[in-house]
Amino acid sequence: MTATAVIDRAPATRLPSPPGDLAIWIFILAELLVFGLLFVAYAFARAGDVALFNHHQQELDQAAGLINTLLLVTGSYFVVRAVAAVRGGSGRACALWLAAGFGTGVLFVAVKFGEYADKFAAGVSLSTNTFYMFYLGLTFFHLMHVLMGMVILAAVAQKAWCGGYSRVEHAGVETGAAYWHMVDLVWLILFPLLYVMR
Amino acid sequence: MQYKSQAVAKPYFIAAIALFAAQVVFGLILGLQYVIGDFLFPELPFNQARMVHTNLLIVWLLFGFMGAAYYLVPEEAETELHSPKLALALFWIFLIAGALTVLGYVFLRYADLARLTGDALFPTMGREFLEQPTIIKIGIVVVALGFLYNIGMTILKGRKTVVNLVLLIGLVGLAGLFLFSFYNPDNLVLDKYYWWWVVHLWVEGVWELILGAILAFVLIKTTGVDREVIEKWLYVIISLALITGIIGTGHHYYWIGTPEYWQWWGSIFSALEPIPFFAMVIYAFNIVNRRRREHPNKAATLWALGTAVMAFLGAGVWGFLHTLAPVNFYTHGTQITAAHGHMAFYGAYAMIVLTMISYAMPKLRGMGEAASERAQLTEMWSFWLMTVSMVFITLFLTGAGVLQVWLQRYSEAPQAFMAVQEQIKIFYWMRETAGLVFFTGLVLYVISHFVGGPTGAKAKARA
Repeated sequence: MTATAVIDRAPATRLPSPPGDLAIWIFILAELLVFGLLFVAYAFARAGDVALFNHHQQELDQAAGLINTLLLVTGSYFVVRAVAAVRGGSGRACALWLAAGFGTGVLFVAVKFGEYADKFAAGVSLSTNTFYMFYLGLTFFHLMHVLMGMVILAAVAQKAWCGGYSRVEHAGVETGAAYWHMVDLVWLILFPLLYVMR
Repeated sequence: MQYKSQAVAKPYFIAAIALFAAQVVFGLILGLQYVIGDFLFPELPFNQARMVHTNLLIVWLLFGFMGAAYYLVPEEAETELHSPKLALALFWIFLIAGALTVLGYVFLRYADLARLTGDALFPTMGREFLEQPTIIKIGIVVVALGFLYNIGMTILKGRKTVVNLVLLIGLVGLAGLFLFSFYNPDNLVLDKYYWWWVVHLWVEGVWELILGAILAFVLIKTTGVDREVIEKWLYVIISLALITGIIGTGHHYYWIGTPEYWQWWGSIFSALEPIPFFAMVIYAFNIVNRRRREHPNKAATLWALGTAVMAFLGAGVWGFLHTLAPVNFYTHGTQITAAHGHMAFYGAYAMIVLTMISYAMPKLRGMGEAASERAQLTEMWSFWLMTVSMVFITLFLTGAGVLQVWLQRYSEAPQAFMAVQEQIKIFYWMRETAGLVFFTGLVLYVISHFVGGPTGAKAKARA
C-alpha cells in the first residue's frame, strides 16, 4: 500500500535534496557568510554610536523599503510558481512566471534608484557618517545581487521558453530559484536592520 | 603531447626556471644585506637588488603563465596553436627586453636608466614593482597583446572549455589592468590608489583565475575526474575570489589618504579572502581522492596539492593575520608584510607554475606521461626542501615582524627603527639560513630534469 502511494506521488515528492546544483548551495552559503559578516560589522559599529544610528535611521524612506520588501517577497512567490510549473512539465508557463519575477526585480531597482536619488540630492555620501556608509554600502552590495539574480532569472527564463527544461530535468530552474530566494532572504534581514530596528 | 605547437611552451618554462634561480640568488644577497649592511656596496646597493628580486619574480611568473597557456590552450581547444612562430618571436622579444632591463637595474644608476630611456617624455618610472622604463612597459603591452591574440584565435577556432575561458579572462584582466601602470598622476594619493589596481587586482584578482584554470587543467589530466565536476568547483572558487578580492583592495587604502570607509570595506572583504583558498584546498584533495586513474606523474600531483595548501596558508592565513584595519594600524609595512609576501607568492604563483612545468615538461621532452621514477623522487625532494624552507622563512620573518611591531610601534616606549633592527638580527640570520636551504632545493629541482633512469612503463615492466 505504502509503496504504491509513494510511486503515485513520485514526481512531486522524490525531490533531490537540496534542489538545484550543489555548487549553488556552496555559493549561497559563502554569500550568506559575506552578508552575515557585514551585518555583524553593522551591529558592532552601531553599538559604538547608537544615537547617531537612530537619528539618521529616521531620515530613511521606510515606505520605499517596505514596498521593496513586498516586491521581493512577491518575486519569490512568482519564482516558486515557476519551479512548480516546470515540475508540471510546462516550460512556457515557467518562463512567464520567471519573467514576472524578473519584473519585480525591475521595480525593486527603480524604487532603489529613487531612494538613492533623494539621498544624493541631499548631499549624502559614503563619507557623510558611519550610518550612511553602511546604508549605502549594504544596500548597494545587495542591489548588485538583485541585478545578478535578474540576469540569472532572464537566462533561465529564456532557456525554459525554448524548451530547454523538462518535467524530469530542470535543475537549472531550481538553481536560479535558490539564488533568487537567497537575495530575497538577505533583504528580509537587511530591511529591518537598516530601516526599522532601533 | 597531443599537438605539435604545444612545444613552444618549452622555452618559456626553461626561461621561467632560469629567472627563478636568478631571483633566488638576489634574494640571498638581499637577505645578507639585512645583516651585513654594506655587503656588495657600492656595486649593488640594497634598493637596486630588491628591485631586481621583485621584478624577476613578476617576469618569471609571466613566462610561466604564458608557457602554461601555450601548453594547455591547444590541448583544451583541441586544435593547433594559431601561430607558433609568433609565440617564439614574442618569447625572444620578452626575454631580451627583460634581460636588458635587469642589466640596466644592476649596472646603471636608476636615474641614469631613466634618462637613457627617455622617461621624461612620458614618466612612469620610480614606483615600487613598476620600476620598468616606460619603453619596456610599452614592450610588455605589445608582447601581451600578441600573446592574447594568439591564444584568443586558438580558442576561437577550437573547442570552448571552461578552463580555457577562465584562463582567457584572467589573462585579459592581467593585460588590461597593467595599463594602469601608465597612469602616473602628480597627486600621490591618486597615484597609489591606481597603483594598487595593477598590484592588488593582479595577485588577489585576475591571477587567481589563471591559478584556478591551470590547477583545474592539471587535476583533470592527472586524476581523470569528470571535467564537469572540476569546472563547477572552478566557477565557485573564482566567483568567491573575485567577490572578496575586488573590494578587498580596500585593505591597501587604510592609511594612504583615501576615505575612511575603506577601513570597513577593506577589513570585511579581505577577512573573507581566505575562503576561496580554503575551498581550493578542499577541492584539490577531494578531486585527488576521487581519482579514476593512477597517473604515473606523482610529482605533478604533489605540486598541485602543495599549491592549494601553501596558497591557503600564505595568501589566506598570513594575509588575514594583518588585514584588519585595527591590526594593520600597527603591522603596516613591517616584516609581517614580508612574511606574507614570500609565502603567498611562492604558495600561490611560483608553485602553480612549477605544477604546470612538472606536468608538461616530461611530455614536452618526449619522455611520455612522466619522468623516470628517480627523476620524480629528486623532484619531490626539491619540493619538500623548497616548501619547508619557505615555511621557515615565513615563520622567521613573522617572528621578526611581531617583535618589530612590539618594540617599534606598540610598546610604552617605542624605539627607533634601526635600534629595533639591531635587536631582531637573529631572525634575519635564521631567515638567510632557510634561504640557503631553499636555494639547495631549487638546485636539486634543476638537477631533477637531468636525472635519467627507466620511465613509468619501463619501470613497471622491470618490476
